[in-house]
Amino acid sequence: MRTIATLKKGERAIIKEFSVDVVPLKLLEMGCLPGNEVALVQTAPFQDPLYLNINGSYLAIRKETAAQIEIEIIL
Amino acid sequence: MARQINVALIGNPNTGKTSVFNRLTGLNQKVGNYPGITVEKKQGVCKLDRGLKGHILDLPGTYSLNASSLDENVVIELLLNKNDKDFPDVAVVVSEVENLKRNLLLFTQIKDLGIPTILAVNMADRMKRKAISLDVEALEAKLETKIVLVSSRKNTGFDALKNAITNYGHLSTKPCVNASVIAPEYFDRLRKAFPKQELYKLWLVITQDVNFGKLDRNELKGVASFQTESKSNLKRLQQKETILRYQFINGVLKETLTIDTENAKDLRSRLDRVLTHKVWGYLIFFGILMLIFQAIFDWSSYPMDFIDSSFASLSEWTKNTMPPGDFTNLIAEGIIPGLGGIVIFIPQIAFLFLFISILEESGYMSRVVFLMDRIMRRFGLSGKSVVPLISGTACAIPAIMATRNIENWKERLITILVTPFTTCSARLPVYLIIIALVIPEGRVLGIFSYQGLTLMLLYLLGFGTAILSAYLLDRILKIKSKTFFVVEMPNYKLPMPKNVIITVIEKTKSFVLGAGKIILAISIILWVLASYGPGTFNEAETIVRQESASLNLSEEEIDTRIASYKLEHSYIGITGKFIEPAVQPLGYDWKIGIAIVSSFAAREVFVGTLATIYSVGSEEEETIKNRMAAEVNPILGTPLFNFASGVSLLLFYAFAMQCMSTLAIVRRETNSWKWPMWQLFAMTVIAYVVALGAYQILK
Repeated sequence: MRTIATLKKGERAIIKEFSVDVVPLKLLEMGCLPGNEVALVQTAPFQDPLYLNINGSYLAIRKETAAQIEIEIIL
Repeated sequence: MARQINVALIGNPNTGKTSVFNRLTGLNQKVGNYPGITVEKKQGVCKLDRGLKGHILDLPGTYSLNASSLDENVVIELLLNKNDKDFPDVAVVVSEVENLKRNLLLFTQIKDLGIPTILAVNMADRMKRKAISLDVEALEAKLETKIVLVSSRKNTGFDALKNAITNYGHLSTKPCVNASVIAPEYFDRLRKAFPKQELYKLWLVITQDVNFGKLDRNELKGVASFQTESKSNLKRLQQKETILRYQFINGVLKETLTIDTENAKDLRSRLDRVLTHKVWGYLIFFGILMLIFQAIFDWSSYPMDFIDSSFASLSEWTKNTMPPGDFTNLIAEGIIPGLGGIVIFIPQIAFLFLFISILEESGYMSRVVFLMDRIMRRFGLSGKSVVPLISGTACAIPAIMATRNIENWKERLITILVTPFTTCSARLPVYLIIIALVIPEGRVLGIFSYQGLTLMLLYLLGFGTAILSAYLLDRILKIKSKTFFVVEMPNYKLPMPKNVIITVIEKTKSFVLGAGKIILAISIILWVLASYGPGTFNEAETIVRQESASLNLSEEEIDTRIASYKLEHSYIGITGKFIEPAVQPLGYDWKIGIAIVSSFAAREVFVGTLATIYSVGSEEEETIKNRMAAEVNPILGTPLFNFASGVSLLLFYAFAMQCMSTLAIVRRETNSWKWPMWQLFAMTVIAYVVALGAYQILK
């Protein structure tokens, strides 16, 4: 099972359905929704947090949150 | 008389909403607070048309109408309360061309409230460079509203925007999305229970505890029964709503917006590679911090010296010009030195806000958050704590307010509790004057001055203590809260001078006025207490003359003796003598004791108090520094401000919670007296013990 936390640079992935209680609403509002595309832009020093491009929006989240969101690699 | 309409500017953070506001209102704006809370309220006036003025309200940035912070809640409260005097006739949603998709979420929510909503697409000047094309007419048809392309940088599109605002009456108020499809049955029950209310508005009321105006509350009696739906169920529905809205938005933009992604590899990725690099990133951040401190310590010392001596001359001039008497003395010895103690801050505060606003505007601050999060988390803080800790070097009050965007309550509380350790600008005058008195001039290796290094050490001490106590608090506090962290990484932008200047002016003004009132009041009280006294105070002259009759003193020396006798027997002298035993082990005399007690209101009062105490009864024009240097320890006969007592004072001010306003703001932000009282107690004990230790070792 792949999650955003395992995403590598250059990979593109689609966010899978996730359980409501693990992903905060705020993240959804910023475009982190099932079916949307996600790519890793950069990891911070010490590999955390992750700098992502989700659905055209650039945002950074911590690895522990990223590990809750399952993805499917498309490229 | 001109007709006036209410216009609300709403938008996501980082869309340049405030620059649009600045373009519309120019300098016709004022910044205040929403009643009862510390959220900044920015409003201004814009001339729209003949006989029509727009009252423009710049609402806090938010990603949606589902509030998760005090700032965001302000937006919702206003939009749900038709009786609010600021309720908008028309809303302008400011969006940014590159993040249109995300920005539209908020747009659809506002439009669904039945408010005429104009969409302003900012940064339109970037479209060509970014290979973005937007079919404005098609999008207008789909969203059923007016869309205006603007560029606050190039100052284009604002006439069109004003035009659109003027003609807001023609806008459709039809909703974009029918939210009730997320739970048809539930919404049906709602509609039946409150047939007169707009359905979407009801839904927002139920999902967030908003404070309604009285009238609405009566109408909405019984709304509570609809909250019985379990909380997680409501949350699920909110998620469903968000997904539904994005479906609508994706559909709409698919046909109207094209972005050539090949062109996207640009400034952002090139700058990010350097600025968030594991070596260069930290070095650059450190370099910027050094630059900020250089500006505060070094560059601002010139205007500060000038202000200091100007106020001394002004006081002297007043004394010589106005008719002698109590009133003149009050002005020359109480008010003018007191005011000087505030005005002297302006250069430093302005520099600090200048840097902070440039860092924020450019988009660099988010990179610092990203870069520092992992490190800060080790100490129980968040990457977002960096901004409060840096702002804390200006003033703890805005710094504590800046913690609002920290999602995790425990991290936020710890940040609030440790921020007052950072060296705020109110400590600076105290530090600067004491350093000048007790640290010798001279340079290490011919470059770094001892005095500058001492100041640097004090700053490091402040940061170090903040970090260390955060680490301890993280272990001690048993608070469970979900860890969660999200930060938007905005595009890099060249800061617009106009925005930066307005921010600097506004922040400096509100700081000076806010602190000014307290300092002025305290200066007057102190002057009165120092100029009057009970019992023998009034016979000072007779007593001193009798005592010194045999000493053969000149008239001048006798005057000095009278003045000091008066001061000692005034109300303030009596109080000071009373607390002297408590401060003596720290190396201070009663005058410093009084200055410490009165500076509990605000640290900078320390210098002002000493200035007031020393000016009372003194004839010549003198700077505060010279007066302090002349003070003699009554017991030892050596200069009062020597190395040991000076270091002790520096350390006392480094740790002590000497600021009433900070306590008040902590009370507000944590919603209890428990935390500020705890903070006050702990910081005072640390300060006293450390200062005591330092003096006893060094003396």
